[in-house]
Amino acid sequence: MRVQFFASCLVELLRPDVATAAQRALRAAGHEPEALVGATCCGQPAYNAGYRAEAQRVARRTLRALGDDDRPCVVASGSCATMMSHHWPELFEGTPEEIAARRAAGRTEELTAFMTTAGSDTAPDGGAGHDDQTGGPETSRAGGPAAVIVHDSCHALRELGAGATVRRALADAGHPTRSAEGSERCCGFGGSFSVKLPAVSVAMADEKLDSFVATGCEQVTSCDLSCLLHLQGRARRRGLGLRFDHVATLLGRET
Amino acid sequence: MSVPTATPVSFSGRAERALGDERMRAAIARGTGLMLERRHEAISALANADELRDAASDIRAEALRRLPELLEQWSDNLTAHGGQVHWAGDADEATAIIAEIVNRRGGKVIAKGKSMISEEIHLNAVLEQAGAEVTETDLGEFIQQLAGEPPSHIVAPAMHKDRFEVADLLSADRGAPVSPEIEAEAAYARRRLRQAFLDAGVGITGVNFAVASTGSICLVENEGNGRMCSSLPPTHIALMGLERIVADFGDLDVMLNLLARSATGQALTVYTNIITGPRRTGEIDGPEELHVVVLDGGRSAALGTEFSPALHCIRCGACLNVCPVYRQVGGHAYESVYSGPIGAVLTPLLKPEDPAARELSEASSLCGACTEICPVRIPLHDLLLQLRQRDARGDASRLRRVGFWLWSQAWSRRWIFRAMVLAARAGLPVLRRIRRLPNVGWLGAWHRGRELP
Repeated sequence: MRVQFFASCLVELLRPDVATAAQRALRAAGHEPEALVGATCCGQPAYNAGYRAEAQRVARRTLRALGDDDRPCVVASGSCATMMSHHWPELFEGTPEEIAARRAAGRTEELTAFMTTAGSDTAPDGGAGHDDQTGGPETSRAGGPAAVIVHDSCHALRELGAGATVRRALADAGHPTRSAEGSERCCGFGGSFSVKLPAVSVAMADEKLDSFVATGCEQVTSCDLSCLLHLQGRARRRGLGLRFDHVATLLGRET
Repeated sequence: MSVPTATPVSFSGRAERALGDERMRAAIARGTGLMLERRHEAISALANADELRDAASDIRAEALRRLPELLEQWSDNLTAHGGQVHWAGDADEATAIIAEIVNRRGGKVIAKGKSMISEEIHLNAVLEQAGAEVTETDLGEFIQQLAGEPPSHIVAPAMHKDRFEVADLLSADRGAPVSPEIEAEAAYARRRLRQAFLDAGVGITGVNFAVASTGSICLVENEGNGRMCSSLPPTHIALMGLERIVADFGDLDVMLNLLARSATGQALTVYTNIITGPRRTGEIDGPEELHVVVLDGGRSAALGTEFSPALHCIRCGACLNVCPVYRQVGGHAYESVYSGPIGAVLTPLLKPEDPAARELSEASSLCGACTEICPVRIPLHDLLLQLRQRDARGDASRLRRVGFWLWSQAWSRRWIFRAMVLAARAGLPVLRRIRRLPNVGWLGAWHRGRELP
């Protein structure tokens, strides 16, 4: 299927390889992604801090880049996909862009949600833990890839119902998945929360990291880069041997 | 020996102090975890939990829509049964009304059940200043009274203390050791509080719901102390927020079906007291006088605004239990009677002039767990976001406003964004090599506990 692809500002700023991998994964699944030209950010940082006008100004840039198009817009971030599909209609309410925002919202999908439901009308069926496979922490079958801990980001889990699709996409690609204890609890990133209440944010990350370590697995993934950078930054400070990769990186790895 | 320091004025300061208290944090993690587990079982046992929650949400919204009419109906019915209703606009009026009743009835010894409203109006301090002796008879509140602390959780006031800390407090009260076993602690408290009930001239309790169609008040509890406070002393004073009304027993049934399940995971609390007036002729139990003090305390100002759903709250505490921020810092860091997500929403509504209350909307990662769990479907994290939006326009956030304005100007232009992308890619490897970044701004705040991305 022909799709528009929006990497998100964070990917573009800090991990451009995630965008490359996501598009590679889409192509491998038979889709034709076209990277969005002229987009910057969905406006979420200002929106969540309470600055609507500023959020609108930035989101308008990306909304225009989306253009008058019928293709699905695939986003390599659960929280940006939530912002666009759930909050844009309200953010642009009463503005000349309202209709465009509603249309964009309707065709925006998080990467794994798109990949596991593309071409069908099946909606993702809910929360964490549904598709985890059982077995030892290291490998599920001889020579297969090591098990991956799926970190459920809050937006993906609660607003998109993408907890299951990340797992399903990984399983389809041959990665056994695990959930850590307290998988549905927030990791403490929360945008500006992570720098406004840094000590609380880090304490939340610590609990999350301890639960990862307890699984015996080393690879952590998520559909949200923001959570991963926060967790990775803390894990490195603590000297933990965990690896953090966006789900697109795992799905789009060159074989 | 550490010198006790003044309570930090900011939430972040109080939160950081709380994070250093490992014992408190362990108790909170244990307590909230247990309550969540039980809540999950109790809600899962319902075949129609979703429908019940929808119904409860509708019932609360409808009750607030009809508030003046329902309160009047309730008040007329209760008065007809011999109860006395008092309307208090604010905390001062409420405490003055109660002090007057206590004074007139000569009830210098007071047995008190759990009431968050009494915390809200600082009732104990006022009564004690007037020479009364107040004993908290809810076990958790009794522990907190001995500790000289406010409750840290709206359902389990002493959740943050482990049984050893409780034993120390009870031993000090007794003047002899109380063993740190839950049974021994409960046994001591039972003996101690029994005397308080017998001595009391006035009993004071909260109210969970007021039923308009009959003029009743409903009080749910697990220890029987609420029943003692409301039936043994010659005078019973009950305190309620004006939003606690339901139309009839059909509505009450829905609320009770959810309240205990959401709070403690019980199908019903051990005691469900329905009180419709004082003792009648021929009855052997009950007070000679029943007074219900109805507090506005800033609530009516929120009615009809976008924050109105916050008044749907039935004080089950589930949002505190599930909140990852509350889990880390406990209730006292909020420095408000109401903590956790509902506290962060309610406090600035009830205390609009208090700048410290406004800061509480930041005490959330907006993860949405509170909204997901709320039995009456209050969109808590949306309300927190709306509070942030309201405050973003205020003078206090001028610097941040300028910052976000600059950011929005930059990021709404693709070429500036691209330049920033290139700058970030070039600059980060350099910054990463610096071991200690100055603790300034957002970069410093990030780097205090985390490596740079």
